[in-house]
This record gives sequence, C-alpha cells and structure tokens, in this order.
Amino acid sequence: MEELALHLLDLLENALAAGARHILITIEEDAERDRLTVTVQDDGRGMGAEALPKALDPFYTTRTTRKVGLGLSLFQATAVQCGGTLSLESCPGQGTRVVATMKLSHPDLPPLGDMGATIATALSREEPVEIVYRHRRGMREFQFSSAWLQLHLGEIPLNCGPVLDWVQRYINKGLAELYGGDAK
Amino acid sequence: MIKSLEELQKLKEEQLEAIRLREAEQKVRIVVGMGTCGIAAGAREVMAAILDELGKRHLTSVAVTQTGCVGLCAQEPLVDVILPGKPRVTYGKVDANKARQIVAQHVVNGIVISEWVVNRGEA
Repeated sequence: MEELALHLLDLLENALAAGARHILITIEEDAERDRLTVTVQDDGRGMGAEALPKALDPFYTTRTTRKVGLGLSLFQATAVQCGGTLSLESCPGQGTRVVATMKLSHPDLPPLGDMGATIATALSREEPVEIVYRHRRGMREFQFSSAWLQLHLGEIPLNCGPVLDWVQRYINKGLAELYGGDAK
Repeated sequence: MIKSLEELQKLKEEQLEAIRLREAEQKVRIVVGMGTCGIAAGAREVMAAILDELGKRHLTSVAVTQTGCVGLCAQEPLVDVILPGKPRVTYGKVDANKARQIVAQHVVNGIVISEWVVNRGEA
C-alpha cells in the first residue's frame, strides 16, 4: 500500500465487514516524541481469544472466497518497517481496536495520502455507519463526523455521489489547513 | 470553511429536489470492489473518480456502494453497474479514466461498454 490512507481504508473495510455501526479513527502526529499513532476503533462483532492471535497471520481469514487475508498483516509490516508496532485488542460483541505506531521521521513512512477519498469510500454503503475522524498534529486538530453531516443533510442518504464528493473535498481541505496549506 | 457549508446547503436543496423527482423511479446502483485486493489495485481512485463524475453531473439519483473481495482478484478494480430492471454488469481492470467513461456511457446513456465487461448477472 502506497499511502497510510489506503491501509486505513483496509481497516475500515474490516470494521464494516464486522458489522460496525460506529467507527472512530484517530491519527496523532507527535513531532516531539517522533511518533505517529493511528487508531481505528469499531463496535463490530469483535474476535474471540482463539481468532485474535491468528488475525495477523496472512494465511488466516474468515472469508470463504480464498485462503489468504492480507490486510492487517500488510499494515503490520509497514508499521514494523517504520520502527513501530501494530497491536490488536478485541472482545466478542464489543468491537475491535487496532493501534499502529510508527516513527514520524522514518524514511520509509508512507505519505498520509488521500484521507478524503478513504472516508468517502467507507461511507459509500446502504447500511448507515457513523464515522468520526480526528487528526491531531501538535496542538492543532481537524475533526470530521459523519453524524454531523447527516444532521445537516436530514433525510438525504450519505451514499450519493455528489455528497460523497463533497465529503472527500471537505476532509482534504481541512487537512490542508492543518498542514498549513502546503500538503494534501 | 463557511463556503463549504454553504455549498453543503446548496447540495442539500438539490438533493431534496432530486428525491421529489424520483419518487416513482428506482435508483441506479454502482458497486466498487473494496477488498484488500481491490484497494491495492486502485479501487479507491476509481471510487473517487466516480464520485467526482457524479458530483460534476449532479447525478443525485445514483447510489454508490462497495463490496468486499468477490474472488475475482486478478480483475480488480471491479465496478458493477446495476440499472433499474436490468441485470448487473461487472467491469474489470477499471481505472479512473475508464470509470468516468462508464458513468458517461453506461449510467447516463445506458450503453454498456462491452469490451471492459468481465461478467453479467442473470437477466
């Protein structure tokens, strides 16, 4: 995966496949401690003690279409390569929390990438899902909440092209401001 | 930021109008394969291109959804177009450019781009 945002989309797909209704994404950039922390927390069906250790094994999957499940192991490989770790906490019926840390200054750290497209893609579904995205950079923070958007839109579904297109641009504009207008 | 909100308000009004207009008719559905295989092959860029194209054309009566891996990983990114009352048409190896053409030709004009089709649903 060439962007952190693509790894994140993969985690979001996992959460959605687990039947999550609420997903909280936090990205924290701490330049002082040279640490990037990415957290995805969902309220999906979670995993039991037997499945949890196997979830990071690329040859373990609950899917039946084929025998490999690469998503989490790919993100773990990226985190480890960038001087960090990936950890999983999960309880059946209580959701899953994935925390990945990386060295902010690591030369192999992928760019953040198109977070707007990632969130818009995750929202493109019939079943409603609430996604909150918080991005902290030093003292500054950007936040997006799909519930807030739904409140504004009323009865209009989120998964229509023009709305999701707006979401994508809104998030990327917010992040550009967070980065002082020089980055995507 | 304020301008964005005004834009959102405008979008909302357009949408409500569209909902009123389509009470009777059914929705067109576009489904993008978003498994790890799809994402790695560029499905998110395909999705972004579709959203952008729908936004530009003000096509508010199209539902955009995603699906996981369907076992056709070698053909990813996969895009399904389902017109009301018509069988599902699956396009393979779609990129942003092809996605825009699929919206223009298939979704808007109802013409299937046969050379990119990898599968068709039951009639």
